[in-house]
Amino acid sequence: MADHTVKAFDEDITRLRGLIAEMGGLAEVAIQDSLEAMIRGDEELGNRVVASDRRIDALESEVDKLAVRIIALRAPMADDLREVIAALKIAGVVERIGDYSKNIAKRVGMIEGRDRFEPLTLLPAMGELAGEMVHDVLTAYAARDPSLAREVISTDAKVDAFYNSIFRNLVSHMVENPATISSAAQLLFIARNLERIGDHATNVAEMVHFAATGSYPPEGDR
Amino acid sequence: MGSIKTIPVAGILLALLTSLALLGLDVDPIVTATVLLVWIGSLLIAAGRPPEVPQRKVEQSLSIDSMRGLIESASTPLLVTERNKIAIANRAARRMMGQHMIGQDARVAFRQPEAIALLGADRTGKAIVRGLVRRQDIWQINRQRVDQNIAVIELINRTAEADISRAHTDFVANASHELRTPLASILGYVETLSESGDSLDSPTSKKFLGTIEREAQRLQSLIGDLMSLSRVEAEKHDLPQQIVELRALVERAARDAAGPQRVEQLEFDIAADPNVRGDRQQLEQVVRNLVDNALKYGASDGTVTVGLDLTQDGQARIVVHDEGEGIAPEQIPHLTRRFYRTDPGRSRASGGTGLGLAIVKHIVERHRGRLDIDSHLGKGTRVAVRMPTADPIPAATTAPTTTDQATRTEATSRDNASIAS
Repeated sequence: MADHTVKAFDEDITRLRGLIAEMGGLAEVAIQDSLEAMIRGDEELGNRVVASDRRIDALESEVDKLAVRIIALRAPMADDLREVIAALKIAGVVERIGDYSKNIAKRVGMIEGRDRFEPLTLLPAMGELAGEMVHDVLTAYAARDPSLAREVISTDAKVDAFYNSIFRNLVSHMVENPATISSAAQLLFIARNLERIGDHATNVAEMVHFAATGSYPPEGDR
Repeated sequence: MGSIKTIPVAGILLALLTSLALLGLDVDPIVTATVLLVWIGSLLIAAGRPPEVPQRKVEQSLSIDSMRGLIESASTPLLVTERNKIAIANRAARRMMGQHMIGQDARVAFRQPEAIALLGADRTGKAIVRGLVRRQDIWQINRQRVDQNIAVIELINRTAEADISRAHTDFVANASHELRTPLASILGYVETLSESGDSLDSPTSKKFLGTIEREAQRLQSLIGDLMSLSRVEAEKHDLPQQIVELRALVERAARDAAGPQRVEQLEFDIAADPNVRGDRQQLEQVVRNLVDNALKYGASDGTVTVGLDLTQDGQARIVVHDEGEGIAPEQIPHLTRRFYRTDPGRSRASGGTGLGLAIVKHIVERHRGRLDIDSHLGKGTRVAVRMPTADPIPAATTAPTTTDQATRTEATSRDNASIAS
């Protein structure tokens, strides 16, 4: 992006992007930690994830304020306006991703008999994939890279496929072991949350594409 | 700097006054003129030199601009930040994070919370972060403050070290988990049997005994696999010297692995009769593991083709091909890792230990061979083991019959080389 005559505007945009990146970093760690807490049964780590979500919320409101201020004071046009609008929307979505991680972390204590609970091994690979999408989309945002954003959008199908296979797997596990239904149901919710994280990463990717090129990615990629 | 200032007006005036005074004192006008000339001339020469620059300014221009040159060709990624905005990135850093980082907020480059905490701190420090470029990377970030606004950030890749220690802990954790699971069920059933004693009817107790036997066998095969894996690893560097006839060995080992129930599913496609230098038992184990995998994970009534032929460059090649559901491409790189399972539930249910392909890989490596896994979802998996033959057979006389993957790169010169050796 070319420099502007008003230096303060550049500073504002840089700060806005910095805030988004910080939020994204926190969300990425939250996904990873919540899954690790779930697999190890580490409730303390789960509580830390829940606590860190507050920081994401605070950052989101900071982004909101800054974006509104930029629009009010500088009246940005063209790619500057897209940048600010995209930041505003991305902040909202990243905040949701943080919420889903928090939700996963809250379920850590609700899974019983984890030593012998086979379905637990299904989720890490899916979490890995969803986390990778979030990581890639944030990298695409930092680089303003529309092609990486499109790649993220195409990964979402894999996460959905994972979700379907885990869903079937868990349902058949519940049929065979009625005693574990309450734990398995928690895992279903966790898988659902991961699937939603993938969808939201896709939304961010669309916004990144929009901010970089001015158009949404073609429908075929989604 | 204006040229007016460089003419020393005061000095010239002083020289003029002095010469006037000299004239007034009756000094020879020629001498006076000479003095005046030398005086003014030397004043002008002195003024022509560039003025001395204040010391502080030199230091300032040194710091940002010469830093660029200083760090540019360092092999570690280095960044210079000014008020937490990236001012300079050297070549290594640009290659790692992309050109776009320059001029951005440092938080865009390092979005990990630990790194951001480090950026905010007003002292020097370091942090270990995950996922700086790719998601599994581990980097150490060292931040050195230069003055109020400027800091130098050094990035060190720690991924390899962490990988080694993680692989080790993973192995120990996995191995103990794998050993504990069958033990737990053996203990459970034995306890039930001994507590309820005679009250159990005989079909139930027979069922329990059956489970105990199955789990004990699983434990036995796991321990057997672990031992052969460690034996193969220990001898990894000495090439075996026995001459082995592959054809007979492959046929026998494949039938062994299939057992009487599954032997009809096997189909042989033997196109050569090579001899290799190898360890008979280990090679048998390779074939057994591959055929067992193919039968276990292939379609339940599909055929498994066991092929033996020569590649164009004269290597012996064993191919095991199934018609199962195939393996997803992203799983293939991990298949030879210990205890790695693409589908943990199914693998355990069919009595797999998770070590089969790891053993195959190590044995093949010991025989200076190559292991290629090629799979298409929905079509099946094809595992090929290539290894050098012991007797040089001219490659031209034995044209490979099956679909040949090895044709892609082998050059004629290499054929000749391997025949001559």
